[in-house]
Amino acid sequence: MTTQTLGKDAAAKQQAATPRPKRKAPHWVAYLPYLLPGLAAFVLVIGIPLVTNIMYSFQKWKGGMAPHTWVGLDNYQALLHDDAFWTSFRNSISMIVAMVIVPTIIGLLLASVLFDYLGKRFGSRTASVLRATYYLPQILPVAVAGVLWNWILNAQTGAVNEILRSLGVDNPPNWLGSPDTAMPSVMLVLVWVQIGYPVVIFMSALQRVDPELYEAAELDGAGWGRRFRAITLPQIKPETFVVVLTCTVAALKVFGPIYVLTRGGPEGSTLVPSYYSYLNFFDKSKVGYGAAIATVLTLVIVLVAVVILVVQARSERKEAEGH
Amino acid sequence: MAVETIKAPVASRPDARHRTGKARWFVLAAAVLVGLLILAPILIMVLNAFKSPSDYSQNGPLSWPHGLYFDGLKAFWERVNFPQKLWNSIFISGVVAIFGTLLSLLNAYAIGIGKIKGRLWVVTLFLLATMLPQEALIYPLFTMAQNVGLGNSPWSVIIIFTVIQSAFGTYLLASVLATFPKALLEAAALDGAGRWTVLWKVVFPIVRPTLSVLMIFFFIWTWNEFFIPLVMLTTNDTQTIPIALASLQGDRMMDAPTTNAGALISLVPALIFFLLFQRTLTRGVTAGSVK
Repeated sequence: MTTQTLGKDAAAKQQAATPRPKRKAPHWVAYLPYLLPGLAAFVLVIGIPLVTNIMYSFQKWKGGMAPHTWVGLDNYQALLHDDAFWTSFRNSISMIVAMVIVPTIIGLLLASVLFDYLGKRFGSRTASVLRATYYLPQILPVAVAGVLWNWILNAQTGAVNEILRSLGVDNPPNWLGSPDTAMPSVMLVLVWVQIGYPVVIFMSALQRVDPELYEAAELDGAGWGRRFRAITLPQIKPETFVVVLTCTVAALKVFGPIYVLTRGGPEGSTLVPSYYSYLNFFDKSKVGYGAAIATVLTLVIVLVAVVILVVQARSERKEAEGH
Repeated sequence: MAVETIKAPVASRPDARHRTGKARWFVLAAAVLVGLLILAPILIMVLNAFKSPSDYSQNGPLSWPHGLYFDGLKAFWERVNFPQKLWNSIFISGVVAIFGTLLSLLNAYAIGIGKIKGRLWVVTLFLLATMLPQEALIYPLFTMAQNVGLGNSPWSVIIIFTVIQSAFGTYLLASVLATFPKALLEAAALDGAGRWTVLWKVVFPIVRPTLSVLMIFFFIWTWNEFFIPLVMLTTNDTQTIPIALASLQGDRMMDAPTTNAGALISLVPALIFFLLFQRTLTRGVTAGSVK
């Protein structure tokens, strides 16, 4: 970049004799100072820590003043034989079901019922009130949602079990405390938290669709189901990709709900990679190992994101060819 | 990809053609039922926040409270020193919202209007950064903060979130500014305005609505953040509301009313914020997703 600028400078000097207005550097160079603070802060807060973390992952370090020992790929090798590590990534699949697949499908259905059916029959006011209701859990701080659900599902004093007991159930399940029910309970909470996001995105996507398409289909006698499959789904594909991408990344990164609801337990049944790495960093003081988990998680996320983006680009290209 | 302010649809009235049929009432009932299911945990929380512990254990979570009981709220308020936590949360989120938006604007000005070379790389880099798990940064950040004397300081959290939020903000704002009307910029240049003047006198007033959406977003996101404040803010007096609430879990004094009162009062600020800016927000959620 510098050499190029210098080259242009020299050219400008040669031109100086001519009466033309002299141009020292390409137009954009003058804008660089505006990017500098942002770029410097980015390098400091994201770039350097990311690289440092990768370096930690090749070390054995107990944190603090303890000595750093280079161990090469030992941490990664240990990961391969660590059951908890594999469990945590297997649990990530449950997170994806609860935060991506279920909310996207239900959200699509709800958005399209609200927009295409209820909105037309009861007015858009009704639809937007319902939409705001569905969106409400999204604005709660995740810790608040977690504490609330932790109480609702509490074995002794929780609302669910109080109700079950008053209905005559003697031994209601320990929802978050037994390995069989902990994961489904966590998944339920995550669906509850997540559902509003796709509804809002899809409803705004539907507003973009030309209403004439629906009217024409309706005049042709296509029922609601036909219209949903033939018009709604293809038209809102771009938004579907955005929802799937952002929610998948969020599902792989999920930490707060696990921390507040189960701390990965019982017996690791709800352990996720982010919590496992946190545990190694700050609980077990195995910084190098925690860093290795975080690095693997980073790679997985980037890989998954790239795959989704490539699939999206391909689908867009196909569509462009189809026209 | 622009954050064009999507026009709020004119409130449509149900048209005559669709009015007939009874099926619509069933669908409405189903949709309302879904809404009630989603609201149920929040309603139960409100119902039990002002109920005495004995009332709760005798009559269960669904009964109407026998008289208002404020001791749970009081216990939580005093135990966590709520005003202090509230101030911590407001201070951190507010400063991040302002600095983050400012940094996003500067970055986006260079990328979207300055069209600097390699801008695609910069934007891709920022976009990737928004996907990183915070675990991959936390330990070095923790160590760095300790080394420069910012351990357990709100400023460490402010600096980190300013950068993290502005990575997303830059990505969004750069695509908005890329479509900025050229004529305006040229007219300003003809008038002899420098880049700094153009930024504040021409660009800023026009993108102000987008900036306010960004600012509200940054505020709420930072307010709701959990992981980084949990690690960085290690003592009681620096914690934010979500951390204070979560750290009381399993505490003996956290009986049902106290838990509910604590959760309720912790979500009130977010709720007020949501109601105040609801229209701007629903516009903003869709920002970046719609072409």
